[in-house]
Amino acid sequence: MGIFDFLRSRNKHSASIAKERLRIIVAQERSQRGAPDYLPLLRREILEVIRKYVNVDMEAVDVHLENDGTHSVLELSVALPGQPPGMQGLRAEG
Amino acid sequence: MNQESEIDDRNVESEHSGDGTPEAGLAPPPVADAGSQTPEVATTGAEKLAEVIVVTSGKGGVGKTTSSASIAVGLARRGKKVAVIDFDVGLRNLDLILGCERRVVYDFVNVIHGECTLKQALIKDKRHDTLFVLAASQTRDKDALTKDGVERVLTELRDDGFDYIVCDSPAGIEKGAYLAMYFADCAVVVVNPEVSSVRDSDRILGLLASKTRRAELGAAPVAQHLLLTRYNPSRVATGDMMSIDDVKDILGIEVVGVIPESEGVLAASNAGVPVILDDESNAGQAYEDAVARLLGEQRTMRFIDAPKKGLFSRLFGG
Repeated sequence: MGIFDFLRSRNKHSASIAKERLRIIVAQERSQRGAPDYLPLLRREILEVIRKYVNVDMEAVDVHLENDGTHSVLELSVALPGQPPGMQGLRAEG
Repeated sequence: MNQESEIDDRNVESEHSGDGTPEAGLAPPPVADAGSQTPEVATTGAEKLAEVIVVTSGKGGVGKTTSSASIAVGLARRGKKVAVIDFDVGLRNLDLILGCERRVVYDFVNVIHGECTLKQALIKDKRHDTLFVLAASQTRDKDALTKDGVERVLTELRDDGFDYIVCDSPAGIEKGAYLAMYFADCAVVVVNPEVSSVRDSDRILGLLASKTRRAELGAAPVAQHLLLTRYNPSRVATGDMMSIDDVKDILGIEVVGVIPESEGVLAASNAGVPVILDDESNAGQAYEDAVARLLGEQRTMRFIDAPKKGLFSRLFGG
């Protein structure tokens, strides 16, 4: 550390910011990896249907596909507004 | 460690050939359980099959072609018979990095279309007897490469007794990149310590695990190795660049080599001499280490610490 370092300490820890951002986006993309291409569309259409009845946020629908060897489970969680954090769950198998 | 004169052609391999390297081809990544993950496809039966290495990255400009050239030369210097193939159809560049651009007569697509034999298209390296280059076509036809065609070429190379086939992948995740990785036994994922490169590498790792022949057959997975390039230890020390461990943590695979940012790389490509042949440059020595590690040798990482600062630069920053 030089005595004049304070003059250029603007982006001091940019590497740790990069790492944190990458950690999050990589984890998110890995969770969607191998999932069928229709999942985002499915998510959007489900959201539209729900919005006919309840005003929910864009982020309210969580779609998860789990592969269990012989069959896969499609799990949908919909967070409804004005309820405690425990989510109202919908489940469908396919 | 390389006492031989690199400028002197054709006599480089003799001392290295045949000793010390495991017969089963490239070592599995160090993270894997040593017992369970021998690349069995490379050694079925008595006859050793060529190992197909893809050098890939997703993002462009990170050093795939530079790395392909140096890895191919590094293997050839050990007496291995090596073919290096440029999969970047339309944007041929490997020939320039290897310094054989004026000797390209036929290319990869010519071979696939049966317009010449494989032997006619393989360019023998001027410096190493056991290194052959197959140039990319400059055609603009994106469908010039076919899976069948690529497989035929790889099979013929194997039958011709090649030990290693290095596939230099184009950037992106389109057909060329897909075909470059499809038949791979081993992947070297080139990554810069920078956000977009790391993210794209993770994407590529996902494709290696799902869109390759090994994945489709349910065989042992493609062995994955990270090669960090353009690494700048001083910037890592000041917190301006992600460290080796940062990248390793995010991607979750072992690092086979760290190539420091070096003036030698540009000088080497200017001259058409792969940087691994420049024993003076840190990058060249780091590539040499990386090739040794790919072959299963243990070598400690070099050139990964920032140079010690003198009193002057400590006071005034540097």
